[in-house]
Amino acid sequence: MKKLLILMFCLLPVFAHAGEAQDMAKDPVLEKRMIGLAEKLRCLVCQNESLASSHADLAEDLRREVRELMQKGMSDQEIMDYLVARYGDFVLYQPPVKSYTMLLWFGPFALLFVAGLGLVMQLRKRRETVPEANLTPEAHQRAAALLNEEEKS
Amino acid sequence: MSRFLLPLVIFIVLAGFLFVGLGLNPREVPSPLIDKPAPAFALPQLHNEQKNFSPADMKGQVWLLNVWASWCVSCREEHPVLMELAQRNIVPIYGLDYKDKPEDGKMWLARGGDPYVLSVMDREGRIGIDYGVYGVPETYVIDKQGVIRYKHIGPVTQLSLIEKILPLVAELQKK
Repeated sequence: MKKLLILMFCLLPVFAHAGEAQDMAKDPVLEKRMIGLAEKLRCLVCQNESLASSHADLAEDLRREVRELMQKGMSDQEIMDYLVARYGDFVLYQPPVKSYTMLLWFGPFALLFVAGLGLVMQLRKRRETVPEANLTPEAHQRAAALLNEEEKS
Repeated sequence: MSRFLLPLVIFIVLAGFLFVGLGLNPREVPSPLIDKPAPAFALPQLHNEQKNFSPADMKGQVWLLNVWASWCVSCREEHPVLMELAQRNIVPIYGLDYKDKPEDGKMWLARGGDPYVLSVMDREGRIGIDYGVYGVPETYVIDKQGVIRYKHIGPVTQLSLIEKILPLVAELQKK
């Protein structure tokens, strides 16, 4: 009994054969175009994967759909609009510039601007607060000598 | 003192954003189909394959379209809720058996009970794509003019019925 079980387990890998994804269209040019477009689209099931790389059932269906729409002669933009009409802007990896995506698109630049402004103001303030050192000519010479020494070493 | 005020404010704002983000469900993607006419289809009925059902048949009625499948685990969770809702006779529930084998679908309904007036078969998931289905179960509230008014993603719960779906149905039925 035990031996039989062991034998059966040893045979398990025979059935564990993984087939290639049967996803290729007969037309390689079309397939390439489909993959190119699918890379710009998000799979809604595994949300951080593109439609091109996802193995979810829905992604396969959507790739089939995209392929068929391409065969019908629709342009990439038309296909994207087709999918957005069904799944929303979320399917696009690059969200369109709209009133409610302004913050997303321009927020980082606004932050950079504010930070830059803050930095400039801070530097100006510091220049005002650090007093110009009043040195006697001798002290000046000594300082210059020390600095030169530093440079030579 | 004021040295610490600004970082503190920034921290609180950031923490606020993150806290709100914690409560959001990333699976709930807002549907662009809300307030749009329900996409047309004519699909064979699960229990009577010779006959088709089409959303146009439902003009003048408020109804629910529930996307389900025998392979869908969360559907098991919502099934008792739908059964109870069907018994209360408030709103007709129609099923879209999504990417399923008819035998499996029928068996599933025979075992757990059938809350649907009827179910249609979307074997290849094409109608699912038209409705923007990405995770079964999903439930659509469709009004008398055939316009989608609400989409519920994930299993319908008693809470979602009481809070959202039933009040909306009652309001739409009055119109």
